[in-house]
Amino acid sequence: MTVKIVFFANLREALGVDSVDLQVSGSSSVSTLISQLAKRYSSEWLELLTAENIRIAVNHEMINEDAVVVDGDEVAFFPPVTGG
Amino acid sequence: MEKKIQVQKETFDLRSEYDHLRSVSLKVGAVVTFTGTVRDLNEDESVQVLHLEHYPGMTERELDKIIVEAARRWEVIAATVIHRVGDLYPGDEIVFVGVASQHRGDAFAACSFVMDYLKTRATFWKKEKTQEGERWLTTRESDETAADAWG
Repeated sequence: MTVKIVFFANLREALGVDSVDLQVSGSSSVSTLISQLAKRYSSEWLELLTAENIRIAVNHEMINEDAVVVDGDEVAFFPPVTGG
Repeated sequence: MEKKIQVQKETFDLRSEYDHLRSVSLKVGAVVTFTGTVRDLNEDESVQVLHLEHYPGMTERELDKIIVEAARRWEVIAATVIHRVGDLYPGDEIVFVGVASQHRGDAFAACSFVMDYLKTRATFWKKEKTQEGERWLTTRESDETAADAWG
């Protein structure tokens, strides 16, 4: 299955990419996705994506890294928000 | 309840947003509006450009949830949130929140609540460009405290 992963703000700049498509085996947790990304890119990704302040959303809904994703999901990683 | 949510590059017109809130119903007896603008100084550094980024789709959804929650807590006839994105400059308007209710107590509280929740929950990020360079802003503790105070 394929999931789309998107990044925002300083996290996007640190990773140097705004989105990646990742092939994963059926029903993986978000932490599995993070490990796969670290394997595919670098260990720096693991550090950045698991930093304490990083928020995660699946299909526009806030979740934690135990959440399970399915084919076609959009997973987003981003720092705390600063709008207004 | 009438909801209007817009994330846009363009500025907005206060008079027409006010007129829209008023026009929803003759039951409206109070319209409270808030406008946030770009300051020229932040932490003693002169801000040249303030860049606003958002997460299309999720941002609008979060704003919708915030308005719905405000209407659950107070009597709200109409609510509008307009937030700008892209490059903004000192003096520019960033955000508009307007609430129309029958009475002012509800309109004041709901407007304040929407703004406090927007600051801590809606997916927007700010980057400042100063003479010293660029930096992404971090969450202010006072904003977290203000949002938490609503319980």
